[in-house]
Amino acid sequence: MSQPYEYTLAELMITAASDAWRGDGEILASGIGVIPRLGASLAKLTHTPELLMTDSEAFLVEEPVPLGPRGDFEPRYSGYMGFERVFECVWGGRRHVMIGPTQIDRFGQTNLSVVGDYVRPKAAMLGVRGLPGNSINHASSMLVPSHSPRVFVAGEVDMVSGVGYNPARWGEGMRQDYVDLRRIITDLCVMDFGGPDRAVRVISLHPGVTREQVAAATGFPLEFLADTPVTRAPTPDELALIRQLDPHDMRAQQIKGNPPANRAEL
Amino acid sequence: MNKEMTLSQACAQIESGMTVGIGGWGPRRKPMALVRELVRSDVRDLIVVAYGGPEVGMLCAAGKVKKLVFGFVTMDAIPLEPFYRKAREAGELELMELDEGMLEWGLRAAGMRLPYLPTRCGLATDVVAKNADLKTIASPYDDGEVLLAMPALRLDVALLHVNDADRWGNTLITGRDAYFDHLFARAADRTFVSCERLADKFALTAEQAKANLFERYLVSGVVHAPGGAHPTLNNPDYGWDLAHMKAYAAAAGEEGGWAAYRACHIDGGEAAYRAQNGLPARLAELSHPIF
Repeated sequence: MSQPYEYTLAELMITAASDAWRGDGEILASGIGVIPRLGASLAKLTHTPELLMTDSEAFLVEEPVPLGPRGDFEPRYSGYMGFERVFECVWGGRRHVMIGPTQIDRFGQTNLSVVGDYVRPKAAMLGVRGLPGNSINHASSMLVPSHSPRVFVAGEVDMVSGVGYNPARWGEGMRQDYVDLRRIITDLCVMDFGGPDRAVRVISLHPGVTREQVAAATGFPLEFLADTPVTRAPTPDELALIRQLDPHDMRAQQIKGNPPANRAEL
Repeated sequence: MNKEMTLSQACAQIESGMTVGIGGWGPRRKPMALVRELVRSDVRDLIVVAYGGPEVGMLCAAGKVKKLVFGFVTMDAIPLEPFYRKAREAGELELMELDEGMLEWGLRAAGMRLPYLPTRCGLATDVVAKNADLKTIASPYDDGEVLLAMPALRLDVALLHVNDADRWGNTLITGRDAYFDHLFARAADRTFVSCERLADKFALTAEQAKANLFERYLVSGVVHAPGGAHPTLNNPDYGWDLAHMKAYAAAAGEEGGWAAYRACHIDGGEAAYRAQNGLPARLAELSHPIF
């Protein structure tokens, strides 16, 4: 397969996702979905080998499991991590999850339940799943394949499933200090919660993306890191590992049109 | 002792308005033969408690569900369960939408005969805002932390599907994950279990016996239903029937789709279902999903 570009936007987002787990140490890294899972796997194979990881079903592995049909690859297990134990891990706080919520607001609150009115919603999705417990107990990051005001909504998300830094939602005596929102990786940029009062802040722009573009695609005002850098490129070693981890190129299906990382090359 | 019964004898124990917990997780090891029997019955206005998969969609489509107590409904490979969506978007269901861990906590509290268990899960979200009955409680110790008091989810009946059982009500779950079936059994007044293989009385090795996850005094009835989790997976015995689940999902987009699915797969009874779906021979062909 000839590829006219050095690496794709999806591959750039995978390395950006990987960086979210950098230095986390011995915690369970849970990447839900293709790009987060590849990011977590890459983190474990490169800068943070201490991470714990599962086969995305019920067993712990020390060698990340490639995506899709495995051919001759036989996973070898280092331990057990069924759902009941995952919950126990969640409540103990030793986990960093990356998920793709349907909506995110300026407080970092997330929604995976319904869009529109709660009783008669425009669209029912999955339900709140583990978002309330994850977000209040351990580190959380987010992956957004299509950065738009439909995802980054004005006001609050339609059904607050994961908690955020919205003072109005917290009562006296509730512990907020376990809430740890880390990174948001989108097809335009990487963000954190490093602005004033934990406001969402752009910490790098993908190649060829402008501040104005990001601001226009976001339903709430954004902070920007001074002299906002360009998101770092994957190294050749990282790209080789990504190809091993994703032999069926499922990453090519994740971003519409599978564009190159640098929009200027389009 | 012999707790063996038929699907219809088990479902005859379920009355309209009861709270019914369903084991498994999404499209994994769901007691589908029992659920199909429930669809065929006259029962209605059920309160269904589940980590939901296609059984929730089917019970909604059949008009059996008054209230849903859940954290999600999904078929994994088909993320959005179309018949659940229809019922949910029509505003037909009463809801108790919970964090997955809160659901576990509610079952645990019921199994331990406690009124509630404290947790942080759910605080500061719309789970609290949309469930007006949920209350918080302050820790009586020096920390004084305010926690959510997750109420016990007491079940009238739990329905489970397991790999092996005997006529005494002993069960084995040999699959990769027990999910929360043991907690459903503990939370319920009566538990009915369907199984792939039924023995008179187990005589197991120590290693085999470790797959026994809850006591037989919790089990009121055992139904021999090979392939009884189909079309959901039941490892290590068989994978899921993705083609079947796709056809089921597609039916939701067609006029009269549910009636057609029901007529084809449910109304004729379980023997007809097995013939229609080539069970049990075809179970061996169903591949285990790769997650």
